[in-house]
Amino acid sequence: MQQTIKTPDQSTEHPVSSPSLSHGVDIRALRSTPPDPVAPTTPQECLRVENLSLWYAEKRALHDISLVIPEKRVTAFIGPSGCGKSTLLRCFNRLNELILSVRTEGAIKLKGNDILDPTVNVANLRRRVGMVFQKPNPFPKSIYENVAYGLRIQGVNNRRVLDRAVEEALRAAALWEEVRDRVHDSALGLSGGQQQRLVIARAIAIEPEVLLLDEPASALDPISTLKIEELVYELKQNYTIVIVTHNMQQAARVSDHTAFMYMGSLVEFGDTRTLFTTPRQKQTEDYITGRYG
Amino acid sequence: MRQNFPQWVASGTPWVWLTAGAVSLSLVMVFGLLILVGANGLAHFWPGRVAALELRLVDGGVARVLGEIVDEETVAVARVRDAGGIVPDDMLVVTRYLIKVGNRDFSGNDFRWIAETEITKLEYPSDAVVAERSEWGNFYGFAQSLREADDPVVTENLWDAVAERLARSAAFRAEIAQIERHEIGGINYQIERLRLRERERANDPAALATAAASRADLQTQFSALTKKLADLRKQNQRDKLIAHTSDGTEAAIPLSSIVRAFRPNQMSWWQKVRHYGIKLAEFTTDEPREANTEGGVFPAIFGTVLMVIVMSIVATPFGVVAAIYLREYARPGPVTAAIRIAVNNLAGVPSVVYGVFGFGFFVYFLGGSIDQIFFSNKLPAPTFGTPGLLWSSLTLALLTVPVVIVATEEGLTRIPRAIREGSLALGATKAETLWRTVLPMATPAMMTGLILAVARAAGEVAPLMMVGVVKLAPSLPLDTDFPFLHLDRKFMHLGFHIYDVGFQSPNVEAARPLVYATALLLVVIIMSLNLAAIQIRNRLREKYNAADH
Repeated sequence: MQQTIKTPDQSTEHPVSSPSLSHGVDIRALRSTPPDPVAPTTPQECLRVENLSLWYAEKRALHDISLVIPEKRVTAFIGPSGCGKSTLLRCFNRLNELILSVRTEGAIKLKGNDILDPTVNVANLRRRVGMVFQKPNPFPKSIYENVAYGLRIQGVNNRRVLDRAVEEALRAAALWEEVRDRVHDSALGLSGGQQQRLVIARAIAIEPEVLLLDEPASALDPISTLKIEELVYELKQNYTIVIVTHNMQQAARVSDHTAFMYMGSLVEFGDTRTLFTTPRQKQTEDYITGRYG
Repeated sequence: MRQNFPQWVASGTPWVWLTAGAVSLSLVMVFGLLILVGANGLAHFWPGRVAALELRLVDGGVARVLGEIVDEETVAVARVRDAGGIVPDDMLVVTRYLIKVGNRDFSGNDFRWIAETEITKLEYPSDAVVAERSEWGNFYGFAQSLREADDPVVTENLWDAVAERLARSAAFRAEIAQIERHEIGGINYQIERLRLRERERANDPAALATAAASRADLQTQFSALTKKLADLRKQNQRDKLIAHTSDGTEAAIPLSSIVRAFRPNQMSWWQKVRHYGIKLAEFTTDEPREANTEGGVFPAIFGTVLMVIVMSIVATPFGVVAAIYLREYARPGPVTAAIRIAVNNLAGVPSVVYGVFGFGFFVYFLGGSIDQIFFSNKLPAPTFGTPGLLWSSLTLALLTVPVVIVATEEGLTRIPRAIREGSLALGATKAETLWRTVLPMATPAMMTGLILAVARAAGEVAPLMMVGVVKLAPSLPLDTDFPFLHLDRKFMHLGFHIYDVGFQSPNVEAARPLVYATALLLVVIIMSLNLAAIQIRNRLREKYNAADH
């Protein structure tokens, strides 16, 4: 079962330079600080997917997918609706298992360990692989309790530890300045964009290694979208980020590597700039030039 | 018009009329019921005027009647003639009045129908006296004098003297009640426990000796109290009101038997309001008298509320836990579906069937076994092997658990998947997600279940008749004797009280207004219980309003 595993093309020297296809605001150009000072030229491997196939009952949703997601980079999954990109994302924290009829084959290795192994403690896995969903889903609790939720689950109840962790997470999610006076108010009183950043803060409060973002900006207005994108850019210094998006401009703006999926198969995976400028596959080209999807 | 008719139908106007009509009809029915019950029940406590009637008799004589006119109806003359009334030949129908004449000890009947044509004179004498007595119902008549022991009391104002001495007698009555109910009741309770201890330790002479000593002590206390009681009773017998009825019969009524006396025809409006308030307060806080047709319904209120509370304490957690399993853990499939259908159908089983089951299973089987194991020294007198509060609550809990299950399941289904996934994605296990997020968010739904359960349980009577309700309970299920809450005791219930007073009472006419008043009270109590629960639910909803998104 030896198969070539697609790894992102390493040929580009400056993975953070502005993608040429970006039609939106180039947020990187707006920054005063030089971008991504610590990005290594050769990233470490974080997640390795090997021959992954997945079935919903009789329906096959993923076909033999193999790819490597590098550490502390942003990897985007693009593709038309129903192509399996969210399904693949949800394999990384095994959230697909909530659906009883799901069956998987193959392996996903997080830093070398197979996470699909039935003996793996799923709760522990999900502490290492955080996730943010399409629609903001704060709990009906205070802002503080939302962020502290993951830590409380781990048994952390020390007020001081929690206070510090909550503040740090909210700062990292660029929300602290907006909510510092009302962290004990209900999280449901925040705007959609703020709620989404709160959910991100909640996810990073437990310091995961990987952050999965499932169309995190699709329910938001353009300004909130911009803030989320800025945030993704900031977060990749500390986290490996996998983002699913419908919006190709967004993928081009925020990601270092892009995977194009179609009908449950991985069509092309490579450096974002290369994929958007000189796609190797005809399908990829058709999609990114808007011929279908 | 024919052109317009299809258009009219298409516009939806008939649909609006139809739906609005259904709502209006429901409102009319609900408010009609409340107004009927309310008006009939609440009017009962208002002091009515006392009419003095002069009647002509068939033999040419004259009779005098004193009483309250409580009802009137138009009937065919034949019925009046059959009843012995006088009706002119040219009349076909005649109006007749129902007069509450009281004086059951003299005339044998509290109520009397009198045809309009028999009445020759109608007046409202200002000195007419109504005396509510603890026996024989109301007395209607005229006060003559007051007698202390056997000597007439000389007084300028007879009525003031009567009021003063009535207050004295009321104080005696309160003291007697206190001794009878609490002090003697407490001693009886201790003697009973002593007897059981003696039976338990029949082989231990030392224990028997101490028991005998405390028994002797209790007996001394008991005889002291009995003596005191007899003394109080004797003192209370001192005063008598001498009065005569409308036909001139003289009656000596001991003040000790008069609950209250008043002269309605000269009461001012404010005095009547005050009287009304006192009667209403008596109704809700006092105990029943005279086969439940007089006095209050407090034990029934207490029993109803306590039974509902115990039922809720049992049914809600049980139903919630069952719903959690069905919705969260049970594997969806034909078996779960079948269980769900069975649960839904359980809610439709007639309540009397639950009553039979409760009697057979709870009372005989469970209660009997508990008695065998824990209360064998009391046998053959049953403790739990007899209908009581606990078994009633459990039977009704069984009846209402399906409602709680269905409501809770619905609430759990409505929690957005995103919330669960959000929690799971943070590394929470399924159980942690349930405890920390899902269940708190489902509390409004659980409250809905509780509200429905309370509404159903508080109104049930049929099953209770088999598992614990009685016409008259000697003591409340909650008192100052250890263990304070006596779940084994029988209790009174407003629903059963309505049935008992309305249909089992020897004095139907007297009981009728009480049936309405009790029904109103039952409705009010169920509404207050519901409103309290709804209030809590609204507060919870506000807290977890994400559930409605």
